[in-house]
Amino acid sequence: MKVSMNVNGVERGGDVEPRVLLVDFLRTNLRQTGTHIGCDTTSCGACTVLLDGEPVKSCTLLAVQVQGRSITTVEGLAQGANLSPMQAGFHEEHGLQCGFCTPGMMLVGTALLERNPNPTEDEIRWAISGNICRCTGYMNIVKAIQHAAKATRAGASTPAAVGAAAGGE
Amino acid sequence: MFPAAFDYRSAATLDEALALLAEHGDAAKVMAGGQSLIPLLKLRFAQPSLLVDIGRLQGMSGVAQKDGWLTIGALTRHVDLERGRDIPHQLSFLPEAAHWIADPLVRNQGTIGGSVCHADPSGDWGSVVLALDADLVVRSAKGERVIHAADFFQGPFTTALHPDEILTEIRVASSSKPSAGAYNKLERKVGDFATVAVAVQIELDGKKVSKAGIGLTAVGPTNVKATAAEKALVGQEPTEAVIAEAAKLAAAAAEPKDDVRGSAEFKKDVVRVYVQRGLKTALARAKEARA
Repeated sequence: MKVSMNVNGVERGGDVEPRVLLVDFLRTNLRQTGTHIGCDTTSCGACTVLLDGEPVKSCTLLAVQVQGRSITTVEGLAQGANLSPMQAGFHEEHGLQCGFCTPGMMLVGTALLERNPNPTEDEIRWAISGNICRCTGYMNIVKAIQHAAKATRAGASTPAAVGAAAGGE
Repeated sequence: MFPAAFDYRSAATLDEALALLAEHGDAAKVMAGGQSLIPLLKLRFAQPSLLVDIGRLQGMSGVAQKDGWLTIGALTRHVDLERGRDIPHQLSFLPEAAHWIADPLVRNQGTIGGSVCHADPSGDWGSVVLALDADLVVRSAKGERVIHAADFFQGPFTTALHPDEILTEIRVASSSKPSAGAYNKLERKVGDFATVAVAVQIELDGKKVSKAGIGLTAVGPTNVKATAAEKALVGQEPTEAVIAEAAKLAAAAAEPKDDVRGSAEFKKDVVRVYVQRGLKTALARAKEARA
């Protein structure tokens, strides 16, 4: 059946069987492979996307279920040629090693800061509790999100600061 | 993993969904948030020929007070209950119960009604509706009926719901007396099912308990209503001894099995401890309501 949705600000559509999972629609039909398939059992969060701004597991949603709604994937985070504050945070704080969980972690972090610009460490750890990382032990992921929070707060008062934080190398 | 093929209809109105169920009977399956159903479909434990998606229905979500009832719409998401806006004091433990369901991402999508109808004996909301002595309002094309929570859970993943019915609302009689509850859950890690969890709700009339509800999670073929323990509390002053006796009776009502999460003996004792702990918390909260 026909399905259409807004993916990273662009209207996208396809013709899929109702049983096609959102993650497979994104990866196979739309060739947006930044959304990963990890456990495929609603446990690991590698397939996290934002559905109307809130993180959900795209291995546990049907593509047809999100008809007409808005999806943000990791491909939608960068701001033009610049990294988003969250991406810059992961870069600056070495928030990834193999990178497999990273899209989900960054999306969860981004949604958290939208709701709560100044989260405590506990709030960050709670927010990422549905996302599993098997490399870094979470320390640097927490630091990366804290880095992004600081940069975003600074950027809210002085827009230039976000560009500086996102400057990378 | 792919589910077996099915037809899909996203219902625009409750009547449309009910008409589809009337037509297709138990070949159809209702989906709300899909957080329990989609994993079952992927494992092919469920293979409906038609999926009726009610996730977009309007007016079936949120907590409200009307005509002497506190109502929770079946499509209220776990996260909405966790954030706890507009929740009256009588139901003030709902956010703490929601907080421990699955993980934050699942809570953004899953619903209380979907969870109750899924009837996993390890589900948290089942114990909550038992403790609250809630009524479950269900609709079919033929009309509406009310099922008491105590009659709803008939076996693992099996409820009193007919194939043509949809749960629309969970409602609890509004109490003018001090009334409050607590939810205590032991889990090995975030996202795991409960090793044991216990929901309690009490109402006070003066110094005495006028109503008591206790629901047990993951210690039987369904969520368990610990009726003997409830009876031991009603009409009594909730002294240490009375609470200890109720906790013992609740542990006796639990029928846990040995598994990777712990031995049956251990789980029974966790029930005892959590009933005791939950009752003390609920009492303190009820007294707070009176103050």
